Amino acid sequence: MHSALRRRGGRLAWAAGWVLLAAVPLAFLAVFFAWPVATMVARGFTADGALDLSGFADVLARPRTWRVIGQTLGQAAVGTALAVLLGLPAAFVLYRRSFPGRGLVRALVTVPFVLPTVVVGVAFRSLLVPTGPLGFLGLDRTFPAVVAALVFFNYAVVVRTVGGVWERLDPRAEQAARALGATPWRAFRTVTLPALGPAIASAASVVFLFCATAFGVVQVLGGPRYGTIETEIWTQTTQFLDLRAASVLSVLQLAVVTVALAVSARSRRRRERALRLEEARVTARPLRLWRDGRPTGEAVPAVVTAVVVAGLLVLPLGMLLIRSLRVDGAWSLRHYELLGSTGDANTLSATVWEATGNSLRVAVDATLLAVVVGIAVALVVSRRPRAATARRAVGVLDGLFMLPLGVSAVTVGFGLLITLDRPPFDLRSSLVLIPIAQAVVAIPLVVRTVLPVLRAIDPRQREVAAVLGAGPARVLASVDLPLVLRSLGLAVGFAFAVSLGEFGATSFLARPDRPTLPVVIFRLIGRPGEDNYGMALAASVVLGALVAAVMALAERLRPPHAGEL
Amino acid sequence: MTTGRSRRRRRLTTRSTTAAAATIGVLALGACSLSGGGNGGEETTDGGSAVVRLVTHDSFAISDDVRAAFEESSGYTIELINPGDGGALVNQLILTKDSPLGDAVYGVDNTFASRAIDEGVFAEYVPSDVPASAEPYRIDGAEDLLTPVDVGDVCLNVDHAWFTERGLAEPAGFEDLLKPEYRDLTVVTNPATSSPGLAFLLATVGAFGEDGWLDYWAQLRDNGLSVVDGWEDAYYVDFSGAGGGGPRPIVLSYSSSPAFTVGDDGGSTTGALLDTCFRQVEYAGVIAGAENPEGAQALVDFLLSEDFQADLPEQMYVYPVDDAVELPAEWVEFAPLAPEPFEVAPADIAEHRDSWIEQWTDTVIG
Repeated sequence: MHSALRRRGGRLAWAAGWVLLAAVPLAFLAVFFAWPVATMVARGFTADGALDLSGFADVLARPRTWRVIGQTLGQAAVGTALAVLLGLPAAFVLYRRSFPGRGLVRALVTVPFVLPTVVVGVAFRSLLVPTGPLGFLGLDRTFPAVVAALVFFNYAVVVRTVGGVWERLDPRAEQAARALGATPWRAFRTVTLPALGPAIASAASVVFLFCATAFGVVQVLGGPRYGTIETEIWTQTTQFLDLRAASVLSVLQLAVVTVALAVSARSRRRRERALRLEEARVTARPLRLWRDGRPTGEAVPAVVTAVVVAGLLVLPLGMLLIRSLRVDGAWSLRHYELLGSTGDANTLSATVWEATGNSLRVAVDATLLAVVVGIAVALVVSRRPRAATARRAVGVLDGLFMLPLGVSAVTVGFGLLITLDRPPFDLRSSLVLIPIAQAVVAIPLVVRTVLPVLRAIDPRQREVAAVLGAGPARVLASVDLPLVLRSLGLAVGFAFAVSLGEFGATSFLARPDRPTLPVVIFRLIGRPGEDNYGMALAASVVLGALVAAVMALAERLRPPHAGEL
Repeated sequence: MTTGRSRRRRRLTTRSTTAAAATIGVLALGACSLSGGGNGGEETTDGGSAVVRLVTHDSFAISDDVRAAFEESSGYTIELINPGDGGALVNQLILTKDSPLGDAVYGVDNTFASRAIDEGVFAEYVPSDVPASAEPYRIDGAEDLLTPVDVGDVCLNVDHAWFTERGLAEPAGFEDLLKPEYRDLTVVTNPATSSPGLAFLLATVGAFGEDGWLDYWAQLRDNGLSVVDGWEDAYYVDFSGAGGGGPRPIVLSYSSSPAFTVGDDGGSTTGALLDTCFRQVEYAGVIAGAENPEGAQALVDFLLSEDFQADLPEQMYVYPVDDAVELPAEWVEFAPLAPEPFEVAPADIAEHRDSWIEQWTDTVIG
């Protein structure tokens, strides 16, 4: 009886600990996300101090609203489907097989993820306009052009999230299926694919949210005829100051995002199960395209990956690089030399290198915040409590931390301005707000990177540890933590990349004295003059190179003991 | 047993508390490292209001020496706050009027000024020596709230080489753009998403009147007009004269843009069509409820000083409102202001802006 009591007491204390661990990130999210967004939306629903919901009838009666919702869903659905379809073969080739130059391709794949959308939009369109190299395709300002750009930006999310789990998957289950006579395709479909299910669903939900809230790409590549709920919110807020319409659209956006998250959580839960995860280095075999004079099963994913990387990534990125190196029709490093200046006619208040320094400093802070908060969230969300209410609470928490990806940066940015304007949170013009705003966006990525790994842990492992006498903390330290640390590199890389490339919230908050790299790029490309444009491209190349380097480094970041299990 | 139980319980709680405390600690650390990162004491200004906060748009720029001269002579340090483009600037001033973003504002233009005036975000202040050339730009009924600082013209630009190569005369004004020989040659920006786009819409309102402008746009649309959402997109992708080799030789930009396309031979490769311009006027003022109103007034005075006025063209691609100030040589040659730009009264703009944009969208975009 005594020991039963003790267990009960221990469990209570442990539960209290979990609640506390959940409380810190929740407080963070509440202050820096929920409160600003709610305040901003509430402004649109009050007129002369009274609640006024007439905006709903108004906005919902506009045919444009429905067209925009349709376009948002269409773009996001097709973009997500393509990113997953094209990303899976690449995850296999880049994480399950080894070949010379693999590290380079892995780093390259992530570059688009952080590039400023305006620059990429302009580079893409330069290819597609009637006089451009791909003008003959007739894709300028069409739905396929928008979707292609969305895939371009989000390919990395699928490749890395799925690849990260795939490379640690125990190959023996698939080998067993093969030994029993299954074709490679059948073995993949019945054994590997279900095991990857949660990671795929994780990546897909992130990509869907990124696509559904895409802004710059849609504006540039789609033109005025195409819009998303996000572009509508932006226009209504920053151009018309129609907060009523903006609030209605924000609520609609929230509804779309919540439904998407619920669907993805459901499909994830159905597929989730314990996996055997191995040390990565063991599983990668050399890529073999030919055997006995015939292409192997690996040739298909390899060719798909090569085509996507060459056509979708290298072409626009190469265009960017080449144009950054051309001055008056000749090769020149002039644009790079100018990065040490403040631009043609002093366009900038700081040199591009100074802005790079600012960006790196902010990114370190944002990454630290995002990783700490994100891991806390992932640990809490990875639990499967027995009580139904607790289980539901965990599910809700999981969804809550995804929301920052699905809510308009304009709503968040304007919300921060009107809420954090008095003590104790008088942070509006403080530089501290920038890494915080970026961390809010990076946290969901950290969670989605770490979570599939945590959830794959066989609960029996924890039970065995507990039976052997380990307390809950010890179980956590010896079972969960090593695996978390192993995916930490990827999480750090993503958080860093998000921070380096983040523009939406930063553009509202960045102070001209301390601009970040995306902010100076945006400024450079908004001015006439060959030098300004060239510098914008060169600065984008610098940003891309920086991210590739950080990603390559982050993937090597593995604590020495993380391999033991 | 009882002792054992409570000890065990306490230990666990302590451990989770430690974990939580560590989390908070790291959070605080993360937040601190930035302010520690060379942010040099700008938050430690509570010992006297020597800081004056200037809220402005994201195109604001100033030479280091001009800024230093003001800071030295006035004793104020300028802190810049730039929440976005001109529209975003005005909207944020309105949203934050109960707790102002700063002390002075610069960069509110004549397409947005009335909205902010109506919301009461400015305090009264008139600098003592406003140049005579600024008088025509004052806003009726708001003379004591906003002071004109600079002007700029939004006009169509053409690619000289494109027309020379084809032996086609460059268009002269609005009517020419409707002719069949100029079909599919023009690209402009969307007035709902870009401020030059809105200015150009207003130019057509000025040219054709409130009854005729929409019809002009319908004809323009039928003559193969292209519309994109952002200036950079129009200028660097669609325009043939910006080095990117785009398909269209007529683009919406500024009258000052040709000063930035001067080639090796000393001539500009592009030119502005001065009969298609709308004049944007940018204003400065003191923000109502400013913490440092004296500093704000000194700052507005400074914006009209010869130093700042002479700095404007090179820094922000606009013309000083004081016509006694000398312009850069390239501007004199390649970037003159339009002699007779089209005008629409700020009050008319305030009243119709949104409905004009709506009508424009329905007609041109569909």
